[in-house]
Amino acid sequence: MALRIEGLVKAFGGLTAVSGLNLDLGDRDIQGIIGPNGAGKTTVFNLITGIYQPDRGRLRLGEQELTGLAPDAIARAGIARTFQNIRLFAHMTVLDNITMALHGRAGYSLWEAVLRTGNYRRQETRLRVESRDHLARFGLADRQQELAGSLPYGEQRRLEIARALATGPKVLLLDEPAAGMNPKEVEELILLIRQVHRDFPLAILLIEHQMPVVLELCAHIQVLDFGQTIAAGAPQDVTRNPLVIEAYLGEAEAPA
Amino acid sequence: MGPLPTSRPSRLRFWMVCGLVLALAIPLQLLTDAGLFPAILNPYYLHLLTIIGMNIILVASLNLLNGYLGEFALGHAGFMAVGAYAAATLAAKVLPASGALPPILGTVLTLGLTLAGAMLAAALVGYLVGLVTFKTVGDYLAIITLGFNMIIVNAIQNIDALGGPRGFTGIPRNTTFLAVIVCTVLTVAILRNLVQSSFGRVWVSIRENAIAAELMGVDLNRAKNQAFTIAAAFAGLAGGLWAQYQQFITPRSFDYIKTTEILVMLYLGGMASLSGSILGVVAYTLLMELLRNLLSAFAPQFAEWRMLISPLILIVIMLTRQFGLMGNREWSWLRPERES
Repeated sequence: MALRIEGLVKAFGGLTAVSGLNLDLGDRDIQGIIGPNGAGKTTVFNLITGIYQPDRGRLRLGEQELTGLAPDAIARAGIARTFQNIRLFAHMTVLDNITMALHGRAGYSLWEAVLRTGNYRRQETRLRVESRDHLARFGLADRQQELAGSLPYGEQRRLEIARALATGPKVLLLDEPAAGMNPKEVEELILLIRQVHRDFPLAILLIEHQMPVVLELCAHIQVLDFGQTIAAGAPQDVTRNPLVIEAYLGEAEAPA
Repeated sequence: MGPLPTSRPSRLRFWMVCGLVLALAIPLQLLTDAGLFPAILNPYYLHLLTIIGMNIILVASLNLLNGYLGEFALGHAGFMAVGAYAAATLAAKVLPASGALPPILGTVLTLGLTLAGAMLAAALVGYLVGLVTFKTVGDYLAIITLGFNMIIVNAIQNIDALGGPRGFTGIPRNTTFLAVIVCTVLTVAILRNLVQSSFGRVWVSIRENAIAAELMGVDLNRAKNQAFTIAAAFAGLAGGLWAQYQQFITPRSFDYIKTTEILVMLYLGGMASLSGSILGVVAYTLLMELLRNLLSAFAPQFAEWRMLISPLILIVIMLTRQFGLMGNREWSWLRPERES
């Protein structure tokens, strides 16, 4: 099991954003969390990544307890994410966005950087080679010297996913990756996520608003509404669930 | 703005520029030592170059915080004060026995030890300020660092052993022109090496998006504290040089007015650019000296009005060119080399 969530609860003042979420994400799973706006989906991601601390519940990655860890420690444990509103390092080059993500494996100390030792030069060359290879896998090789913020929207999404993967995660969290995309871009995105799943040894958990993405990619989905799981299972079953239809389309009118 | 294409020989060119600066500085120092300098050039120019060197150390190190890390630190003169008083104490009270050594070796040794002490003391204080400012960013960090600057100045004013408000007198003149230039070159080289390394990329990523950096596994507190400690150490170095150049320091010379002056030079030159730090210092220093000479020659009654110019420059930069002269750009010899 890659990620295991048990009884996760988070309240903001009187509002319970997430109440008692359970989730088991297998090593190679692609699972989805769907739900209407305000259902608590992004809060779940913020809890998993440590941006929020849960009021109750447990988070584990494999055998490692993640509950209560700081965001950077959770990231180093092997959870990477992207954001609904893209968060690139806009004034850094595309290449530096990736090389930065390798900081944990830089392989030299501050003093070696100050003195530019032989080891520093070797490691720095290795970091650049790895970053370029990584970019090439995402079709961004010819963009490496451009500023990340100047890329078109679709490529920014791709770079953000590439950057998250550069940290070598066991679990990749994608927060509404198709947000703001046209149908053609959505198709490309689905192909990209499939490719990522095929090429990298990881599990993917994605939040999505657009049903086609979830239906295409996920073997298992969970539907949140007002912080509660109202349905879970295979997509085709879940989408037929009356509770889900109600949550998405509004309450069915009572017969007269 | 934006990084320009880089070329392979930039590494070579960097050391050529450094070598050239030193190759020019050494004969100037030798001429001065031989007492020949006044006959050839006005010593005032040498003084200006010395001030420029010390200011480059101050501005380039503040750039680490305000430019690369993207914080708004307002206490740089405070770190300078720590270094200045540490070096002054070491030079005047702890190490005066070095007169027994041969003159040049004695000076080099004394200067080395006092400057190392200045950097260590300032780095320690910078580390502590970094600890205090954990979890504070933006306006709050600005206020805390400003407060720290005032605390340092007030504390020194109340310590009799350091001369209190009257100042610290009798500091031996160990700082030479050449020493300042060597320290300036070393500072620029070290800061360049750092900002082009993984550590620099992490600092800039925090500026660009702290949450994203944290979720890439960056310990924000640790990275911030590294930058604060390093920046403070170099401000301390400038302070140590300054104390042993002026031979007399007062707490007032390190108050927020000095910090503001450093900020003006930094913003004039441009954020996140070492070229900008150098250019900003040179442009500002020359402009102020030019104004001083012009005003005292033609309108002596307005001589002090030049102090109005520096805040005015800051306002004009903020309104017209927020990235300064060189924001986010570097001269080719300061650019990272492109790895194959």
